[in-house]
Amino acid sequence: MTFTGLVRSLAGSEIESMTLEHYPELAERQIGQILDEATTRFALLDAVVIHRFGELFPDEPIMQVMTLALHRREAFDGAEFLMDYLKTDAPFWKLEKTAGESSWVAAKESDDQAKRRWKLD
Amino acid sequence: MRILYFAWLRERLNKGEEEVNLPEQVRTVSDLLSWLASTDEAADLAFGDRRIIRAAVDERLVGHDASISGARTVALFPPMTGG
Repeated sequence: MTFTGLVRSLAGSEIESMTLEHYPELAERQIGQILDEATTRFALLDAVVIHRFGELFPDEPIMQVMTLALHRREAFDGAEFLMDYLKTDAPFWKLEKTAGESSWVAAKESDDQAKRRWKLD
Repeated sequence: MRILYFAWLRERLNKGEEEVNLPEQVRTVSDLLSWLASTDEAADLAFGDRRIIRAAVDERLVGHDASISGARTVALFPPMTGG
């Protein structure tokens, strides 16, 4: 199962660019840990997370999650688990530029709720 | 000890990193936030609602009650918005 997150370019959302700031050392450790967790939890044969940083433009990919499992359920759940985790616990911050103005994207409570269902911490 | 700042916290403080010598009684992340806010008014303003500030000690995500004694690096940052 592969999921790719793109920079939104919906009609009416004049996002000019999205800049991803990140904390490299923590990002590598966090993503490594969550890949191990997902692999054991969902019996994945393999799993990969790619997360870009720097300035990105509409329709460009931001990140990609890939999971490989014997059965569809584990592959889908594993990918969703990784996605939920990336949203809240991977050290990246999005700065959105629209109409010449830059603003930091606020973390969403719904992302925290999504992660809690996996009863991680 | 080295302190790293990211995203809007880095912008508000106008620095991404600083070296500090902490007094003995500053032992946890929340002690550190209070100490920084007390020694630097800009930090007090920058933190705003300190409860939302996340932290990592020597590249491990931790809570506010985590110890920082002996740490080489403490990172302070807003809630993460990756993915």
